[in-house]
Amino acid sequence: MSHHDIDQQVRTYMKVFGALIVLTILTVGASYLDLPTGPGIALGLLIATVKASLVALFFMHLIDEKKIIYWTMGIAMVFFFFELFIPLITESNNLHMGG
Amino acid sequence: MSSVIPYTVETRPDTGLNNVKIGIWLFLASEVMLFGALFAGYIILRVGSEDWPAGADFGLSVPLAFVNTLVLISSSVTMVMAWASLIRKDPKKYKMYMALTVLGGVGFMIIKYIEYTAKFHHGYYPSEHNFLAIYFTLTGLHALHVIGGAAVNAYYLGPGFSMWHTNPEQFTNRVETAGLFWHFVDLVWIFLFPVLYLL
Repeated sequence: MSHHDIDQQVRTYMKVFGALIVLTILTVGASYLDLPTGPGIALGLLIATVKASLVALFFMHLIDEKKIIYWTMGIAMVFFFFELFIPLITESNNLHMGG
Repeated sequence: MSSVIPYTVETRPDTGLNNVKIGIWLFLASEVMLFGALFAGYIILRVGSEDWPAGADFGLSVPLAFVNTLVLISSSVTMVMAWASLIRKDPKKYKMYMALTVLGGVGFMIIKYIEYTAKFHHGYYPSEHNFLAIYFTLTGLHALHVIGGAAVNAYYLGPGFSMWHTNPEQFTNRVETAGLFWHFVDLVWIFLFPVLYLL
């Protein structure tokens, strides 16, 4: 990697850092909006997902990674969603959604 | 006869990557499953409850968690800057950024200690409520990851740095790998903060 390339990357890191700070402030601000539970959770998780994507893409260099890494993490994400939704489906008769 | 671990620096022809990179991403994939299972547990507890409490009901401090979020994000930036300093062949700056990263990890744990102490002082133990059980499980496991990551980073700042003089390329790979773990720890906290403290 040349010095020019790394200088370019460092500038990107600083921009991502700024975006993460702004999004963190937005996360806290959004929690004071008194939104109903559903939309409040959706908004909070949406901002968190954007922040996590920025970290993964730029700090972890996923934006410029080999296919085998995408496959590894892609398969992990598929099973992650199985983990999340299979318990919910099996427990669907006992859900109150009161939280 | 000495055995040498292959492809620690050079690219393996079939994967296009060195084994270190493949290894850390496989480990991170397993970490996704570990935290994923606990997040699933949180969701089941929450949607199965008729009256799920807010974090504030148990004295969870949004300002403290907000500061901790900023600390962890900042340490992620200093970590990637430490790696960039090695690419620039600037070990002095590497040491400065790595020291800041380790400090960030220590700072995070000090704030966590203050938070936990306040909970225990008020009698808020994991056995008191499902919310507290999942709060302590998630944040406790995350804190163990912070301790582990900070310990590895401290090693590369101190005794492990000697490799820079003998095999700088492999050392740079090691720091990049430690960085991937550290960013993952940051990434998990990015979800824990709103889920436990705000929503």
